[in-house]
Amino acid sequence: MTAAMIAARPGNMAGTDATEADAGRTAVSIDETGNELPATASASKVADGVKEKAEKSLSLPAEPLAGRIGEWARALLGIVLPPLAGLALLIGIWHLATFGGGGIPGPGQTWDAAVALFSDPFYVDGPNDQGIGWNVLASLERVGIGFGIAALVGIPAGFLLGRFALLSQMLNPIISLLRPVSPLAWLPIGLLVFQRADPAATWTIFICSIWPMILNTAQGVTRVPQDYLNVARVLNLSEWKVFTRILFPAVLPYMLTGIRLSIGTAWLVIVAAEMLTGGVGIGFWVWDEWNNLKVEHIIIAIFVIGIVGLILEQMLMLVARRFSYENR
Amino acid sequence: MTKKIVQIENVGQSFDTKKGRFVALRDIDLDIHEGESIALIGHSGCGKSTLLNLIAGLTRPSSGVMLCGGREIAGPGPERAVVFQNHSLLPWLTCFDNVYLAVERVFAAKEGKASLKQRTHEALELVGLAHAETKFPHEISGGMKQRVGIARALSMQPRILLMDEPFGALDALTRANLQDELMKILAATKATMVMVTHDVDEAVLLSDRVVMLTNGPAATIGEILEVGIERPRDRLALAHDAQFGECRAAIMEFLYHKQLKRAA
Ligand SMILES: Nc1ncnc2c1ncn2[C@@H]1O[C@H](COP(=O)(O)OP(=O)(O)OP(=O)(O)O)[C@@H](O)[C@H]1O
Ligand SMILES: [Mg+2]
Repeated sequence: MTAAMIAARPGNMAGTDATEADAGRTAVSIDETGNELPATASASKVADGVKEKAEKSLSLPAEPLAGRIGEWARALLGIVLPPLAGLALLIGIWHLATFGGGGIPGPGQTWDAAVALFSDPFYVDGPNDQGIGWNVLASLERVGIGFGIAALVGIPAGFLLGRFALLSQMLNPIISLLRPVSPLAWLPIGLLVFQRADPAATWTIFICSIWPMILNTAQGVTRVPQDYLNVARVLNLSEWKVFTRILFPAVLPYMLTGIRLSIGTAWLVIVAAEMLTGGVGIGFWVWDEWNNLKVEHIIIAIFVIGIVGLILEQMLMLVARRFSYENR
Repeated sequence: MTKKIVQIENVGQSFDTKKGRFVALRDIDLDIHEGESIALIGHSGCGKSTLLNLIAGLTRPSSGVMLCGGREIAGPGPERAVVFQNHSLLPWLTCFDNVYLAVERVFAAKEGKASLKQRTHEALELVGLAHAETKFPHEISGGMKQRVGIARALSMQPRILLMDEPFGALDALTRANLQDELMKILAATKATMVMVTHDVDEAVLLSDRVVMLTNGPAATIGEILEVGIERPRDRLALAHDAQFGECRAAIMEFLYHKQLKRAA
């Protein structure tokens, strides 16, 4: 009984938060639509809409066009300028640090190398010499496969763990034990089992992406507000309806957090894994260029890895925002 | 009044909390008859929602017996619809879909899609929200959410309608409209109703009996008032009705004289 209540507590707290947030929103929407009778409400809304449009079309030519453009430009500068300044600072320091020579190439030299490199990103010159485009795609493919399988296994596992207390009591200690282990420690096991480098790298990705997905999904399931489950109980919904209408939508934001964390670590790990396994891939490419002593290519690779990671992250943020029903 | 539909015998409810056992309700004895309307009234925190949840089957009593239709209440069911105090709409479904979920559950076995949609539409129309069907819960006001919750419960055509302060968040005009609608629906469907309320007038207007709870902790039924005003009731005529005034006075006396001293 006590354990159940403690387990229920975070859910209840989440529920209270939601109610408070509701109250905040309510205040706003009362201003908007009020509790007037439906007919009047919609009528006044239409009237408001007409008024708004009228005001807009009036105010457009009223303001001088040049002033508006100036305003936009200023807003744009406000957004773009600080990051640009930061970048300039970085390049400046980089330039100063490499000015006196030494092993590390300066910004100019790296830029020239990048231009040459990206002029033909998709060449193939034998299995160990391919364009940077192919290398990035090969890494992305490994991440995609490893991560995809991890999602197929991890998300259902998370649901089961969240739903059945016994299962989570059984498996939580094991997960806690394995989660802090560097996924690279699993690489030899992969090599042994699969006898080939490529699936072994994918295997490491699978291992490192599965934990955040299991844990976040399970946490989401235990945090489904009791209110929603009460609705399901009063309606006596079938398990399938409970899952599709209540559990899944309620857990989705948590799941997406898990996915985001997974992709992030997967992209971190792939570089290291490929350095060890070889073949085609951005990690292997970095290692190869180190052996060729083309340090400017390594610097380019660092930028490319960063940019691809950033794009992955942003894409998932976009998806997450699409499914966050709270502030849609 | 004929058949007993709900029997509550010697029911107590306590919760295990960090500070030990908290007795919320004790020695509750109440029979609810078929077609009867009951109002539960009492000071905030006395245990009204707790009692309603017990009847709904959402929680099980710590002691005593709860029967519905002669059988032990083992859990909730769609024949006992609940309007929750905090509306409990699913935020990822539109108002229409929130109600449709309930309609589908109850009627899908016997009726086609068109008819289910028609029922959903009618339920929302009843609470004056036909224009908000496609909106999501976070896009409408608190009172409107509460009305969707009422529509959801009514759409199920339950035998017993359990309502936890359903009109609490509404303005006086909407509240009066919905009270009138509710009285019509109850008269037409002969459904049984248990409603938690803070509003003395509402309790007298809507119910056959007003069940007054003493202050918690360990609240129990202090008094039961038989309203005895004929139906159909007309709110305007009742405003000057002597019987109405007496009922009102009796509840006020209980709440503000007998129970106030013990209120925290
Ligand atoms: N799950 C729970 N665990 C511990 N205590 C609880 C729990 N649910 C209710 N209580 C306590 O039981 C008492 C009655 O609560 P309840 O919600 O039934 O009050 P209420 O009469 O509905 O109040 P209100 O009019 O403010 O809604 C309160 O003191 C509350 O703190
Ligand atoms: Mg309550």
